[in-house]
Amino acid sequence: MKDLKNLDISTAKDYLLKKEVSSLELTNFFIERIEESKLNCFITHTFDDAIEKAKESDKKISSNEEIGILEGIPIGMKDLFCTKGIRTTAGSKILENFIPFYESTVSKNLLNDGAIILGKTNMDEFAMGSANTTSFFGNVINPLKSNQENNKNLVPGGSSGGSASSVAANLCMAATGSDTGGSIRQPASFCGLVGLKPSYGRCSRFGMIAFASSLDQAGPITKTVKDAAIMLQSMSSYDEKDSTSSRKPIPRYLDFLNFNLKGKKIGLPTEYKVEGLNSEIVEVWEDTINFFKKNGAEIINISLPHTSFALPTYYIIAPAEASANLARYDGVKYGFREKSDDLQDMYECTRAKGFGDEVKRRLMIGTYVLSAGYYDAYYLKALKVRQLISNDFKSAFEKCDLILTPTTPNVAFPIGEKQKDPIEMYLNDVLTVPASLAGLPAISVTGGKNKNNLPIGMQVIGRPFEEISVLAAGKLIEDCRGF
Amino acid sequence: MSYLIDGKTGKWELVMGLEVHAQIKSNSKLFSTASTYWGAKPNSQVELVDSGMPGALPVINEYCVDQAIKTGLSLNAKINKKSIFDRKNYFYPDLPQGYQISQFEHPIVGSGFLVIETENGQKSIGITRIHLEQDAGKSIHDQDDKSSFIDLNRSGCALMEIVSEPDLNSPEEAAQYVKKLRAILKCIGSCDGNMERGNLRADVNVSVRKPGEKLGTRCEIKNVNSIKFIQQAIEYESKRQVELIENGENVNQETRLFDPNSGETRSMRGKEESHDYRYFPDPDLPPLMINDDRIEKIKNQLPELPDEKKKRFKEEYKLKDYDAEILVEDQFVSSFFEELVEKRDSKIVVSWVTVELFSYLKKKDIQLQDSEIKSKKIGDLLDLIIDGSISNRQAKEIFEEYIETDLEASDFIKKKGIKQVSDKSEIEALIKSVLQKNVEMVDDYKRGKEKLFGFFVGQVMKESKGKANPQLVNQVLKDLLSK
Repeated sequence: MKDLKNLDISTAKDYLLKKEVSSLELTNFFIERIEESKLNCFITHTFDDAIEKAKESDKKISSNEEIGILEGIPIGMKDLFCTKGIRTTAGSKILENFIPFYESTVSKNLLNDGAIILGKTNMDEFAMGSANTTSFFGNVINPLKSNQENNKNLVPGGSSGGSASSVAANLCMAATGSDTGGSIRQPASFCGLVGLKPSYGRCSRFGMIAFASSLDQAGPITKTVKDAAIMLQSMSSYDEKDSTSSRKPIPRYLDFLNFNLKGKKIGLPTEYKVEGLNSEIVEVWEDTINFFKKNGAEIINISLPHTSFALPTYYIIAPAEASANLARYDGVKYGFREKSDDLQDMYECTRAKGFGDEVKRRLMIGTYVLSAGYYDAYYLKALKVRQLISNDFKSAFEKCDLILTPTTPNVAFPIGEKQKDPIEMYLNDVLTVPASLAGLPAISVTGGKNKNNLPIGMQVIGRPFEEISVLAAGKLIEDCRGF
Repeated sequence: MSYLIDGKTGKWELVMGLEVHAQIKSNSKLFSTASTYWGAKPNSQVELVDSGMPGALPVINEYCVDQAIKTGLSLNAKINKKSIFDRKNYFYPDLPQGYQISQFEHPIVGSGFLVIETENGQKSIGITRIHLEQDAGKSIHDQDDKSSFIDLNRSGCALMEIVSEPDLNSPEEAAQYVKKLRAILKCIGSCDGNMERGNLRADVNVSVRKPGEKLGTRCEIKNVNSIKFIQQAIEYESKRQVELIENGENVNQETRLFDPNSGETRSMRGKEESHDYRYFPDPDLPPLMINDDRIEKIKNQLPELPDEKKKRFKEEYKLKDYDAEILVEDQFVSSFFEELVEKRDSKIVVSWVTVELFSYLKKKDIQLQDSEIKSKKIGDLLDLIIDGSISNRQAKEIFEEYIETDLEASDFIKKKGIKQVSDKSEIEALIKSVLQKNVEMVDDYKRGKEKLFGFFVGQVMKESKGKANPQLVNQVLKDLLSK
């Protein structure tokens, strides 16, 4: 019997093609693991569909038909992607029973490429959160534990916490995530995985439930960098249904394996040495810098002067967009409705009961910053600062090819911490938000571990649509870290 | 004389601007591929965007953009090469997204003008802007005691909001403005201009002031859907405002509704209750860019516009200003006229179209376009008048019956037995008999009492039972009396 638990996608594909393992065996293996798991990674299981699809994949493989790049590979689908005929909740009570009659482009691409969807993964409500503690369906538990606080359950990060946790716990081979300010990279970092946020516009947003439209971008959470490239290949496409989708040609992402980092300039932004940055993280950052040096890359210091404004800018723009994006959940057409004879009352009660606290907080912030008299001071100013942040990166990339930073200022923390003050929670995103605001591709790869054996993620940010160099840098970290 | 309202304290001037909402003629909606066909089963023409489904995204319909450009060019307006779509946020059950996609600060069309005919001659009315926006759905409240229903077929249909400067100073001018605007939109095919179906409706901003003084506070009368109602609403509203001010009260800036049954306007909501729409750029839609080639191409395809056509009609057919104006108001009517006038004297054609045909249509409350009356039908009758077969008066008498019969004109008059007597010898005989009966009067006439000529004509016509050709009678009578 093969070790199915720790398989990566390319090895699994190899087994499948050699008919050493069938997709049905693989699928059943993960279904069993999910059923035994107590991490609360999934909101909805789609086991019956998965088994049917696995049988189809096996048939295709055995009859030597043309197969997709993810043929027979069981994955998790973040519950933000609308899946035809399968409940899609965005982690919210307001969509508790919502069953879309259409398929998101990202999930359609994956299905077309043969992926087997095991279920819809848990997430922070409407992707608003950094610890997966805001889900209506309960918090997700990180399978990793600290050596010191042995029995304390840790957060998996958020908002794609269910996706990260399920991959880390070997409940599926890979999962989709979405990243608005760090929602792929931060949980990947907390769970010791690879998380790739592609350039804005690379993956279609059609059918992906919107949080902040100008920032939302789908991407994979995987065990290896190579798997991330395979997943991204399938997920990305130009989509005429998404007006912000990019028409730039899509490269063969596995070509990153031939990408040479020798002589490339790696920029270290001085502004990222933020206050509160854990010293163990700084150490791993330094180790990682050395990996690049040893492999012939040139290390230079760069400046991204507006970095300190990124977090407040993000927490104006994202809630503003969310306040409009979530207006459609009004109890009129679908989803949860609190009945009342009075229309205004129905709206108020539906939304009061249908949304959780964090969502309500952000909707209020968003409504406030767009209100007459405040628009110029907050929203308009935030748009201007966003441009400055973008310009910072543009000038930095005239001097360097890639930017290397830590992914998060901290490692995974126990569930229940950082809950009292929302700002403390928001600070989790301080290192990931700038690349989101600039729409740049960024990857998080584990660079090392702290003394309690918890993973520390390193972030590599690239030029727009240069996912290949970002993947190559991620691979270098993966190869050098020694585990 | 310009229009002034007589108040207790003297004369008042009326100042108005109009916001006309014109539904763009297009097979599909502004941001979706759903059909816009009028009269379809409720909720049968609804795409994801039109119903505000989670993950739905808008995609601009370029044809609607062309229609707006065309409209702008026809109104002598500036086309903005970059315009922005904004979200206008408010809650209403027939607004499924919770916001309307509209244009706020950067509309597609900038300032222009159109020329109307007033009793004091031509007047240019400024166009402030035209912007593109989505229509809302329809709430239906009269089908059930307890529930309201929503029909989303109209949701997402493309509207142009055409905003005028406050250049209108009388109800008649407002009516002329809407008529001219409608004529232009229909001529270029950017809007059907059918006010009954609501595809052209106006918000009227009314204020009053003493001539020469500064502008008064305005009230906006929403959604007036006929030219007659526009005039009535303005008359009522302006008098109401004059009375308020003269009684020492203030006009409150507010939104009012016109009730066609009572002919009155009533308050809908005051300024303090007005919505804060929290406009902000829609992050789902990139800026709308329009290049010179596109504008030039559309310009070259513009048909002859009503004003140009009017000028040509006046020159080519020697029409009076008034006649030319009403003939060019409707593209179908002007083509109908041109078909008739091609082989016939314009004088007789104009009078038959603008008097007889128009009053028939008005009586039947039908548009020429929808009436199935062919130009040949009218032309055949006119030919019988021109060749003297029947008199103008005879033709008028039988006109209505003729229009409704399937018989050819010549067969119809044969059947009615009303053929005109145009045989010279027959007429001579008639005249001779009349003259013989009135010998004394003939003597009086020859002595200089020329007024009696009409009496003789009348007697001859009476004798012929109206069938004698009047021109021939005149001519022969003159001959015989001068002998």
